[in-house]
Amino acid sequence: MSALLERRSVVARVLAGRRDLAVVGGLGAATYDIAAAGDHERNFYLWGAMGGAAMIGVGLALAQPGVPVLVITGDGEMLMGLGAFATIGAQCPGNLSLLVLDNGLYEETGAQQTHTALTTDLAAVARACGIADARVVTDDVALGGFAERVHRIGNAPSLAVAKIAPSSAPKVLPSRDGAWLRARMRGAFGYPAQ
Amino acid sequence: MWPDEVFAVLKTFDVRQVAYVPDAGHARLIERARDDAAMRAVPLTTEEEGVAVLAGACLGGQRAVLLMQSSGVGNCINMLSLIRTCGFPFLALVTMRGEFGEFNGWQVPMGGASEAALRLMGIQVARADRAEDVGEVVEAAARMAYLGGAAMAVLFGQRLVGAKRFVE
Repeated sequence: MSALLERRSVVARVLAGRRDLAVVGGLGAATYDIAAAGDHERNFYLWGAMGGAAMIGVGLALAQPGVPVLVITGDGEMLMGLGAFATIGAQCPGNLSLLVLDNGLYEETGAQQTHTALTTDLAAVARACGIADARVVTDDVALGGFAERVHRIGNAPSLAVAKIAPSSAPKVLPSRDGAWLRARMRGAFGYPAQ
Repeated sequence: MWPDEVFAVLKTFDVRQVAYVPDAGHARLIERARDDAAMRAVPLTTEEEGVAVLAGACLGGQRAVLLMQSSGVGNCINMLSLIRTCGFPFLALVTMRGEFGEFNGWQVPMGGASEAALRLMGIQVARADRAEDVGEVVEAAARMAYLGGAAMAVLFGQRLVGAKRFVE
């Protein structure tokens, strides 16, 4: 049994050396982790729309097939949009990766258990939905393998469920201005704000 | 046929992603989208996924549309926060159930609340109840969404779409 990973270092490791990668962050701690790794014009942070992070990644990945897209979110956010696994399996975008930071807790709301702490195996659900490359990451070697995959375009989507420890890392708050974040990412792809 | 006019409008505006939960009233439009090499058909497990797809498509510089029936409107409510807060353009084409000759009473509560629910979330609502109006109404809504950045829904009345007939 491996020790649990530390969430900030997991996200920093996966984003290290990023070039053209676009990142969608699920609401809550995942967004803080992404911001802590360094703000970027290709980051789009969610402060609401719980359950929507993965599907925003799908729309973005289909629109920009030459750009690697990474969705980073928590187990609670992913559980709310579990159907996205089925849609991603069906669409099979090779430029989409998902990193689920799984602590088995709704840490933002008082550390209540999520279903992953009980009976749900997110990687197994994803595989059963047709996302064949769905890994459970519990050590640095596996994390490094996924980090290498994220920045490439493959033939099919990939998913990593990183088993992370509860965290008391200070909140790092990126912009909450949704319209600005939208305009910024569109600008990064060479499009006008609207 | 009016679904072909809707398809023509989507082509005119270079809509590239068509996200949908199927409805009989959208069957032909879905078929046209699936057959078009320049369009990506994105079948969903629930309509709120489509709201997020439209946002993601916009981030990546593509136009997208969401097709659903009126019961799906209720599934979208919180996800529409994304559209409003970030000012994403939005176009949903909604086939109505539960409002005209509906056999299935289970369709009535959400069908009856769909327009008000959309408006509560700040979505502008237009309606088409006659086949001859469809092209013009969808074109106007598409113009507002894709050129003006508005959040729009067009409701296709059940009288237009046709009530489902059950034989007992």
